[in-house]
Amino acid sequence: MEKKSVFRKFLYSQKAAPYVFVLPFVLTFLIFFAYPIVDTIVMSFQKVSGGGNEWVGLKNYQTLLNPVFYKALKNSILYMILSCALMIPIPMFLATMLNSKAMKAKGFFRSIMFIPALTSVVVAGVIFRLMFGELEGSFMNQVISFFGMEPMVWLRRTVPVWIALLLLCLWRWTGVNMMYYLSGLQQIPGDLYESADIDGASSIQKFRYITLPLLKPTTVYVLTISIFGGMAMFTESYLLFNGNNSPNNVGLTVVGYLYRMGLTQNNIGLGSAIGVVLLIIVLILNVIQLILNGTFSKKGD
Amino acid sequence: MKKKNTVLSVLLIIFFVIVALITILPLLLLFVSSFRPGSDLMRYGLNFDVNWATANLDNYQLLFSGQNNYFTWYKNSLVITVVQVVLALFLSACVGYGFAMYNFKFKNALFACVLVVMMIPTEVIILPLYQLVIKLGIMDSMWGIILPYVVVPMLIFFFRQYLSGIPKDFLDAARVDGCTEYGIFARIMVPLMKPSFAAMGIYQGMSSWNNFLWPMIVVRSQTKITLPVGLQSLMSPYGNNYDILIAGSCFAIVPILILFICFQSYFIEGMTAGGVKG
Repeated sequence: MEKKSVFRKFLYSQKAAPYVFVLPFVLTFLIFFAYPIVDTIVMSFQKVSGGGNEWVGLKNYQTLLNPVFYKALKNSILYMILSCALMIPIPMFLATMLNSKAMKAKGFFRSIMFIPALTSVVVAGVIFRLMFGELEGSFMNQVISFFGMEPMVWLRRTVPVWIALLLLCLWRWTGVNMMYYLSGLQQIPGDLYESADIDGASSIQKFRYITLPLLKPTTVYVLTISIFGGMAMFTESYLLFNGNNSPNNVGLTVVGYLYRMGLTQNNIGLGSAIGVVLLIIVLILNVIQLILNGTFSKKGD
Repeated sequence: MKKKNTVLSVLLIIFFVIVALITILPLLLLFVSSFRPGSDLMRYGLNFDVNWATANLDNYQLLFSGQNNYFTWYKNSLVITVVQVVLALFLSACVGYGFAMYNFKFKNALFACVLVVMMIPTEVIILPLYQLVIKLGIMDSMWGIILPYVVVPMLIFFFRQYLSGIPKDFLDAARVDGCTEYGIFARIMVPLMKPSFAAMGIYQGMSSWNNFLWPMIVVRSQTKITLPVGLQSLMSPYGNNYDILIAGSCFAIVPILILFICFQSYFIEGMTAGGVKG
């Protein structure tokens, strides 16, 4: 009885309370993040099987030096770059237009453009897969035949596949990124524009010297999520091709290759090696970004 | 000057009407097609050529007929979403509160861990996580989906940010009045956090409801899978399930659309919560 109340007293003390509050994070971090990370690094040097794991040194990494993995890596990096190149300027432009004084019914259009973000990647994937169907009558073939082009099998050759993937990304995320830019724009003080007006600045000058620099924090954030989202892309491709196999691997990404090796072919060691490569890429991107931001903010001060 | 503004307004509105039409076009296409026979879709593809004479509600009738697992998946998704939202909100609010209101040893190191988890795509660890779930014996159950993601760094970050605006004197006053540390959290802070619970509830609800990759890996039985995984399984190459697929996809969006129309501001706040504030 005595012991229990001492424990109780300690548990309720101001000293112990913060640890109790953060305990759920500590536990899940150790069990579901730190342990798996260590585990995947260890397994990347092993041949994993039911009977016991066997050390194989760098063999898994050597196996990765193959054209299919290069293709997956190339696809992921290209997707990351292209999606950043689209998902920053377009939402920024739309947000600036929507935020302009002359625009009416802002709230209505804002809501409409947000709707695609509500659909799950599966529903979006179903729609896009069928829109880009190979039949002559499928929607995209109707669109191109309207412009006098022959109907085609979209999801087979490189360029049409990339058009489909990027349009899917653009459709789902433009509204969300636009929302980030709108809140960024609303934090720019209006008197900056007024004094620029007095100085006789043109709209383009105002955009270049006021809007663009002051939106930098938003751009950095959108860039960050686009980089990591792009690098880890998998489900979009999985749904578009209705599985992890695309003709000639046109839609294969790093995570797709990880899934194929680790889960489909049950080669956990090789899959782990792919995970480690992805981890290293992400860490490098993080460091680059931190360095760039650090130096930029010093200049800005 | 005034005239110029009106012209500009009209041009802008025309531009945004076009953008809005393009935005809703894919959903409209899905919706319109849900009234066509599935065999039509197989033969002609997904397009706007609807023969309204043959349009009917057969697909929806089939959906509601109970001869498929659709509503089992729907129920699974609902249960998982509700459980995950409640647990994630409560646990992450506790952690965020701990970080915001106290000073303790290892605080900065632990918070750095929160940021690291946010920065690393979860796909990196799906293989070891999958093996862990097998070892823990929660494979093929909803706990396998929920447990690894029950404390959400994004929510911790948001709650900490939200609470850092509340003066700490508040706590001392409550302590003087004899309130315990946990009483302060439950009776004073939780009510103050209500608006953030709404936004974060929507954020977490949307990601649980729409989650695809992890539930697909963890749960395999036809009666235990979630709605997105189930819908994907209908997309077979033989196309005999297109009727349910299209109508089912529509029916999966509609409740969210209704919620969105009612709670727009919470949705936008919740789903863009990661944005830079100030």
